[in-house]
Amino acid sequence: MTAAIMLSGIGHDFGDFRALAEIELEIDAGEYIVLLGPSGCGKTTLLSVLGGFINPMQGRVLIGGRDMTDVAPAKRPTTTMFQDYALFPHMNLRDNVSFGPRMAGVTKAARHRKAEELLALVGLADAAGKRPHALSGGQRQRVALARALAVDPEVLLLDEPLGALDLKLRRAMQDELKTIQRKLGTTFVHVTHDQEEAMAIADRIVVMNRGRIEDVGPPDRVYRKPRTLFAAGFMGEMNRIAGHRKGEWIETPLGALPAGDAPQGAVAICLRPEQIGTKGEGWKMGRATIIDAAFFGTHFRVHLAPEAAPDLILVAHLPPNARPEVNATLTLTADPGDLSIFAGQPR
Amino acid sequence: MMRAFGWVYMALAYAFIFLPVVTLVLFSFQDGRLPVPPFDGPTLKWYADVLGDSRLTSALVNSLVVGVGSAALSCVLGFLAAYGLARHVLPGSVFMRGVLIAPLTVSYLIIGLGLLIVFNRVGPGPSLWAAGAGHVVINLPLAFAIIYASMGAQQENAERAARDLGASDVKVLALVTVPMLAPAILAAFFLSFTFSWDEFIIAFLLTRFEVTLPVEIWSLLRSGLSPRTNAIGSVVFLVSVVLVVGLELFLFGRKRH
Repeated sequence: MTAAIMLSGIGHDFGDFRALAEIELEIDAGEYIVLLGPSGCGKTTLLSVLGGFINPMQGRVLIGGRDMTDVAPAKRPTTTMFQDYALFPHMNLRDNVSFGPRMAGVTKAARHRKAEELLALVGLADAAGKRPHALSGGQRQRVALARALAVDPEVLLLDEPLGALDLKLRRAMQDELKTIQRKLGTTFVHVTHDQEEAMAIADRIVVMNRGRIEDVGPPDRVYRKPRTLFAAGFMGEMNRIAGHRKGEWIETPLGALPAGDAPQGAVAICLRPEQIGTKGEGWKMGRATIIDAAFFGTHFRVHLAPEAAPDLILVAHLPPNARPEVNATLTLTADPGDLSIFAGQPR
Repeated sequence: MMRAFGWVYMALAYAFIFLPVVTLVLFSFQDGRLPVPPFDGPTLKWYADVLGDSRLTSALVNSLVVGVGSAALSCVLGFLAAYGLARHVLPGSVFMRGVLIAPLTVSYLIIGLGLLIVFNRVGPGPSLWAAGAGHVVINLPLAFAIIYASMGAQQENAERAARDLGASDVKVLALVTVPMLAPAILAAFFLSFTFSWDEFIIAFLLTRFEVTLPVEIWSLLRSGLSPRTNAIGSVVFLVSVVLVVGLELFLFGRKRH
């Protein structure tokens, strides 16, 4: 079961605080969408609007083409997997998972069969008789997933589902969530503040800040060519170089580059550490001295002081066989196609 | 030296607390007419006498009925009040909580007198019903406070999840809220029962022909001391001990696992 979602003109206030503003978002059936942003950006509020726990002050929510704006959570084709899992501590896992079907009037035998199928899907087939308190955090998370899936939702809403897990388990559960989503084809909307999690799992990422959508797109596009300065900074480490467009050129402390379709006046040029190269053509950024270098397995992360602007410290990733030496100098280049250029001063 | 002092102190403290009870139980086995030293015995004849006395046994049954009934009603009302105040934003909810708990600070004598005046004009008049109502008045604040204190975010989230999975409000209450709060509700029930079980003043003021056990014991005491009274006291004490041990085993013991 799966359904498309359309959010149009969603706005919501908590007192004086603008939690959501002018949200326009279309989600295809069967997509895995991640709402990404810092705490207080409105991502959880938006999920609550989808789940029906908050009725937005403005805008409409369409799920599967039907207007769900004022429909109660239980009557929506959505199910929420809550941040703290909210399992029923007095029931065993089988009863937890079969709670939804039970409310829908499914017979005991049928709902227990369904619960056991789903527990098998999440790898807990032999724990059906256990109580939640006997499980680890990761196992509870799986039970919560199975319980949410037991009602065959068209849309599954996940509120920071991996937040309570340690890093290793979180990476393993990401893959598992993705696999289960592919298998079922259900639309998943997943909230997180971890951009690595978002990139690992999402078909499309929705970057949010201060109640607004900053960027929407596939992970590689949002990472490599973000639409806003905020999205650029939130998706990962970023070099920001101040520049000024005059005519067909942008003047920067590291030399001029062709302006292309960059905005007029002061601009911020953003470049990922791995987009800085040491050979080839493109934007010649001049020579720079290596201040320090650290090995990360897949790359060396180096801090560089350009000769033209020694106060502008750049971060670059060099190949793992580069063996950079401190105080050595490099000639830096960048592909102008990799640059993200925004109006205004870099922050 | 200090160690020995500590042990002596502990022994004295326990003796102070338990000597009256031990004396009471011991002299209930007295084979004589007076429950005073020296101890002649043991004999079970006073227990036979007590259990053969229909007035005493019916008072015992009355006490059980009033205790169970008033404790159950206190828990139901206390739970509903706690649920309403914990889950809904109501105008003046702080004030309402205060008013609910306030009867805890009023003396039983005042509550009993007030109810006596009311029940003489309306309602059942002095009777077991009136005494039961009095016990609800004193136990409701207690049940409310215990149940309200254990309503946390955990239940609230589970209730929200249940609602999201399609449960109606009644189903959420019956299948999630009440089972999750069962330890608190049972603790409130047993505590309320214990208070009702040995409450005297209100029961004395509000009963007439059918009385509860404490009132019956009081009227026995007016005809002087007898090992018979000790035997009744021991039975009452035994019921309380069974309740406390049961509470410890089934409610508080379970949490430690």
